[in-house]
Amino acid sequence: MEKYGVYVPKLIKRKEKFAPGHRACIGCGEALAVRMAFKALGNNIIIVNATGCIEIFTGQLPVTSWEVPWIHTLFENAAAVASGIEAGYKAMRRKGHPMPENTKVVAIGGDGATSDIGLQALSGAFERGHDFTYICFDNEAYMNTGIQRSSATPFGAVTTTSPAGKKSFGQFSWKKNMPEIAVAHNIPYVATATHSHPFDLMAKVRRAVDTPGPAYVHILSVCPTGWRSATNTVIQQARLAAETGMFPLYEVIDGKYQMSLDLPRLKPVKDYLKIQGRFRHLSDDMIARIQERVDLEYQKLLEKVKDGKKPIRRKSHPGIAETSIR
Amino acid sequence: MTIRVGVEVSIALADAVKMANPDVIAAYPITPQTHIVEHLAELVANGELDAEYIPVESEHSAMSACLGSVATGARTFTATSSQGLALMNEVLFIASGMRLPIVMAVANRALSAPLSIWCDHSDVMSVRDTGWIQIFAENGQQAVDNIICAFRIGEDNRVLLPVMVHLDGFNLTHVVEPIVLPEESDVAKFLPPFKFPLPLNPDRPVAMGNFAAPGIFTEAKWAQEVNMKASQKVITEVWGEFNNTFGRQYRPVEKYHSDGSRVLLLTMGSAGETASVAIDELRAEGGSVGQISLRLWRPFPFDDLRQAVKDADVLIVLDRAISVGGPAGPVASEVKAALFNLDKKPKVVSFIGGLGGRDITVERFKDIIRKGTEIARTGSRNEYEMYGVRE
Repeated sequence: MEKYGVYVPKLIKRKEKFAPGHRACIGCGEALAVRMAFKALGNNIIIVNATGCIEIFTGQLPVTSWEVPWIHTLFENAAAVASGIEAGYKAMRRKGHPMPENTKVVAIGGDGATSDIGLQALSGAFERGHDFTYICFDNEAYMNTGIQRSSATPFGAVTTTSPAGKKSFGQFSWKKNMPEIAVAHNIPYVATATHSHPFDLMAKVRRAVDTPGPAYVHILSVCPTGWRSATNTVIQQARLAAETGMFPLYEVIDGKYQMSLDLPRLKPVKDYLKIQGRFRHLSDDMIARIQERVDLEYQKLLEKVKDGKKPIRRKSHPGIAETSIR
Repeated sequence: MTIRVGVEVSIALADAVKMANPDVIAAYPITPQTHIVEHLAELVANGELDAEYIPVESEHSAMSACLGSVATGARTFTATSSQGLALMNEVLFIASGMRLPIVMAVANRALSAPLSIWCDHSDVMSVRDTGWIQIFAENGQQAVDNIICAFRIGEDNRVLLPVMVHLDGFNLTHVVEPIVLPEESDVAKFLPPFKFPLPLNPDRPVAMGNFAAPGIFTEAKWAQEVNMKASQKVITEVWGEFNNTFGRQYRPVEKYHSDGSRVLLLTMGSAGETASVAIDELRAEGGSVGQISLRLWRPFPFDDLRQAVKDADVLIVLDRAISVGGPAGPVASEVKAALFNLDKKPKVVSFIGGLGGRDITVERFKDIIRKGTEIARTGSRNEYEMYGVRE
């Protein structure tokens, strides 16, 4: 599992526990990312799904697309529900109830559920050190309700609540750096991934669930409906997001950063922006501002990678040591 | 051997929770609930209670963690109050709608603003329609006994609903009362292990919490209602068995000198005991007065209430909450609705008092009964009386 990269695609199992038959839009990058993630997750998991696109397109009563235990309750509380599941299993196993071994709790949510309304619950669960994985499927706006801006919407992008007009250029703020917020909790595993790099995505998801303690995987998921882009360019868009530095792929293991792609130089952000309708209105000046910011952020990331190569760093999350006593 | 000991009600309640052997407790501190969750944390820390204690970052997450925990089949407890209960609001609907039998103690306290940490029932009324079974305690013993009953009621496969046990903040939570703590072995016999029928388990996958289109939503809600109504039978049954084991009987509507009395006072919560003293004194003076107290707030005990007031001419209802701009105190409104279509019914007079911890003494209860009787005779332009307010 560790080295997905050496496997040829044929060796990846055809089936995953996310069943065929769901209501996602044509060309949904998120559904694709979910499939990849679930190939890596296996059978011995419990899924907590925040309200959002995935929950809606997979679970209309009385049917479900899930062949693993799955629970949806609310928008902002997936991490808290996951905390309760983890605690329930821990307590009952300790008290001698027959429970399956090594069951992993995986919470999934969109960018709104993660970096906006659910941030407090997620921060609490990270801080308490629960053994769970949180996967954010980031399509950069509230797509399920009709493409409203979130804190994960990139600067300049048009959404229905950040429209471009005479007095507006679209989204006025820079994308919230959710992976960095996760890292700031000193959790043992944080990674970014996207569905144009399936082996990388699957390896990271697997590493996340195999890590004892809280783990966070942030997956950029292209939304052709919300991004106003062609469905046949979904993979290309994700690849360009990674290769332009708009969404760099990296891992932070026990506080050490490492880049996932070997990119001698970044492609210009214009390559990424020009194929998406949500950025169509941007002037060259605005594109230059975005380029400048992306370069700056990417440099900061490379500095952290460099810092990580210095030998210091503690071994694991302090919460893990404490919980392993019991 | 059971012995009566002087103990703070919150501590006794936490000890009762411990006897129920919960697997998970998720809680966030709020006055006046704190002593309950502090004592539970202590019991877990000392190894006296084997449970996971999740010190969550909000009440919203407390209730959310409870959802997850009980969905794995773990016996689950939490406690809150006031703003905490209000913050949980949307999660409470999920617990009942998804049939997750969490037990929660609620230390009743006013809702802000203005900020008040003291007792009234405005927090309770804000969660009236959340679909939880709601039981009111009048004293510490009742709170302790009913927290044990709550697990058995909620976890019964014929019920599978979350249960709130209401005890008035400070008036009950922080007072030392003589309480008979049940024997742990008796509790173990009375309370069977929790067997949630469809837990989250990879060996037998289930999907919980799917969304419902208009074609199925009404049926889902109706199923919940049918189940809630049917739960009263189980509640009564559990109270009967509790009496068999522990010798204390509880009823949906408790009666005190109410049979045959012309004037009745209806209370809910700790004010009831003070009111009983007022009833004693008025009866000693020859008054035909009695008292009923609502033990069961949800499901609302329609038949028991109608039966209890059938002989009365006047029913005075004391509410410790206000429905601003509304028809009466919330309890009085429901009581009126329950009686409205009866041919013979008492006149209902609504009093609101005891807000934000204001004391209602024996003398004031006597005053309320006298005034209420007079209003029933002469009529009033007011929908309700705001008792003792300075205008």
